Parts: sequence; C-alpha cells; structure tokens
Amino acid sequence: MSDIILTTPLNKEQLQSLKIGDKVLLSGIIYTARDAAHKRLVALLVNGEKLPFELPGAVIYYAGPSPTPPGKVIGSVGPTTSGRMDDYTPALQDAGLAATIGKGKRNQSVIDSCVANKAVYFAALGGAAALTAQCVKEAEIIAWPELGAEAVRRLRVENMPLVVINDTNGNDLYIKAVEA
Amino acid sequence: MSREINVKDITAAITNLAISSNRKLPDDVANALTAARNNESLPLAQTTIDDIIKNQQIAADQKLPLCQDTGMAVVFLEIGQQLQITGGDLTEAINCGVAQGYTDGYLRKSIVSPLKRENTNDNTPAVIHTNIVPGDKLKITFVPKGGGAENMSRLAMLKPSAGIEGIKRFIIDAVREAGPNPCPPIVVGVGIGGNFEYAPLLAKQALLRTIGSKADDEDIAALETELLTAINKLNIGAQGFGGKSTALAVHIATAPCHFATLPVAVNINCHVARHQSVIL
Repeated sequence: MSDIILTTPLNKEQLQSLKIGDKVLLSGIIYTARDAAHKRLVALLVNGEKLPFELPGAVIYYAGPSPTPPGKVIGSVGPTTSGRMDDYTPALQDAGLAATIGKGKRNQSVIDSCVANKAVYFAALGGAAALTAQCVKEAEIIAWPELGAEAVRRLRVENMPLVVINDTNGNDLYIKAVEA
Repeated sequence: MSREINVKDITAAITNLAISSNRKLPDDVANALTAARNNESLPLAQTTIDDIIKNQQIAADQKLPLCQDTGMAVVFLEIGQQLQITGGDLTEAINCGVAQGYTDGYLRKSIVSPLKRENTNDNTPAVIHTNIVPGDKLKITFVPKGGGAENMSRLAMLKPSAGIEGIKRFIIDAVREAGPNPCPPIVVGVGIGGNFEYAPLLAKQALLRTIGSKADDEDIAALETELLTAINKLNIGAQGFGGKSTALAVHIATAPCHFATLPVAVNINCHVARHQSVIL
C-alpha cells in the first residue's frame, strides 16, 4: 500500500477520501499548539478575537519541541498525547480547523466533531521525534514565546509521516485494531 | 577505612548521564525493538517499528534527543556506606547536574509547579531515590521519564482476596485502558506488595531490569511470561495501530506486605525506555 501524498491547505474532498489506517505524507504549513496554547486559542475564539493563525483549513500539531541546537531548524519534535486537548478541539473544528495531529485516543465529542466538520485526526510517530524533526524545513514562533516549548510555532514540513486515526465517517483505528 | 567523593564529580556524572541517556537507548531495549519488528506480520506495524528503529540512528547522528519529551529526571543512588561525600550538598549537586545537562544537551525543560504550572526552566528538581548499600562506591542511575507514559500508570490497594487473578486483571486492564497513549511497544513495570508508597517505587525499579532477563523467583518469572503473552494478544500494537507488539517486556518486583493489604502498582514506560548508570 503506497502512502497518500497531501499538501496544505487541505480541502474537505481530500479529507473525506481518507480512511482509518491510511498512511499519509504531509507537506506544507502546520501549527504547533499544546495544553497552554489551546487554553489561550479557545479563549480568543470565545471572545471573538483574532487568533495567531487563520483556522479555516489549518492543521494543528500537538507538539512541544526540544530546544533547537545551533545550526538546526528545530529540536526533536514528536507528538504529545492528544486527549488532553479534547475539550478544546470541537470548538476549533467548528471554526474551520481541518485536521489535528498527535498521538493517542480522542473522546467521542472529538470523533463526532470530525464527522460534523469533515475533519481528520492523524497520529504522528510517538517517540520518533528526531526522525520527525528531519521533516521540518522551517520553524518560527508566531505566538506566546513566553510559553517556551508550548509556544505556537509555524512549521513548514515535507513528507511528514502520519496515520489516519479518526476519519470523517466516525471510524477509529485504535478501536478497530483491538477489535480485530 | 572510608573513601571520599567530591560532589563536583557527581554533578559532572549527572550532566553526562542526562545528555547521553536521552540520545541513546540501552542495548537491551534496542534489541527488543528489533525482535518485535521481526515478529510482526502486519505491514503498518512493520513500518511503524522500522521508523522507531530509524529514529535511534538519526538521534545518534544528529545529536538530538530520541524523544522531544526528555522527561522528568529520576535519579537512583546506591551509596556505599563507607563512602564520604564531600564539598557540598548532595541533592544540590544532583540538581545542578540536571540543570547543566538539560541546558548543554538542548533537552526540553518540562517541569512546572503543580498548580500555577510555572516552568522551573532547568528541568529541576529531580526525583531522587537513595539506598544505602555495603561498600565504598556510588552507583548513579539516571532515568528520564516521559509524561505520557507516566500518566497511564496505576496503583491499586487490592483486597487480599483478589489474589493472583485480581492482580493479573488489574495489570492487563491498566495496559488495555492506556491503549495507544503511552507510545507502545511499552515496558510494563509492576510492583506487588510493600505498601502505598513502596509498590510504585518497586514498579519503577522493575522498569530498569534488563529486557530478556528472568525474574529470580520462578513463579514470578512464569507470571511475567503469562502477562506478556496476554498483553500482546490485546492487539493494541506499536503506537496502537494494531499488531503483536504492545509490550516488549513485563517486569515484576515484589516485597512483603501487611496481611490486610495487597498493593499493586503498574508503571508504564514508552518504547523510548531510557536509563543509564555509572559507578563512581
């Protein structure tokens, strides 16, 4: 089975064609945000204020990289556990967020939101963070530098390896795997 | 006769351990991952473990940490009772080494105050466990422990009537509920007995045992094998994508407990099962 090549911005048709277990190589722009940044993003959303990046079509990567060594684009940058962001994700997807990348289970409200909004949840390779760093060609902090590793970063990635966990039809690879 | 060791040497050792343990897996863990790869028939599981193995080489070549989560620093000390530690405060020396290692090694500083969530900015303080042993040496074991797998760990004060079946159920349920979250293939450390605070410590120490080594007690060794087989039939698999590689090992440590209690702790490690030791 060959990998599916995707480039941002992602459109609904592309996302609806993805199925759980599909291997994807993603290129383009993605934004890192984890616990602290999500709290702030949703606060801005609720107050009707401008977010650090445009949500429609955007991809959020749940990641807090290790510090960037001299001469490198970024430090190691694998995914963190996505479930901690579950309370925030439906609101962001309602506002246009197209896909999220992390590792681990999402709750039912995120799975339902993926169906309602035609959004997809991908897993990146947990713990293979030096490998993922090689896919990052540009990295820039665009909001809340005081959050350190948790700041929002704009990354340009090339061929980032991902696996579809939750598709737009309400399926879940993690559940399917253990039912096999 | 006592031997002296200066805290400066301890700081330097901790600095080195912090950096090197985050960049290189112990050989037994690396070998276990290769064995898991060769045992897989599911294509997605094969390519997933291939990437996990490839990551080791990239981390070594690029001098990057294996995982961006470079953990909370857990330090085990075995202090020879004939050893005299001179030149300053031991705890301070260890934390100084942690701060130095996490700064010099470009490792992530992940430690925050529990309520205000303010970062200490140098990954201190370490969690330090000391044990006084015979001799005049100091053995330091450095364990960078990631948050994702730690979050999936469990402690139960079972009723003694739960018995061996209750223990097995609790361990397997902990792994099943953790599912993909702790980055499988995992190492499962189990502490049975002791008391409320000792069982989790036994579980954490069990994670340090060499993968493939056999427990001293035959019954425990058999229980480990039985649990590993049962866990690898859950089909969680590498990263939760399915397959046979949910766990690389189940290690159990036991201690006597009060006759009213049966504490069982499960401490889960991700596949980046880092730890490194040095003897000074």
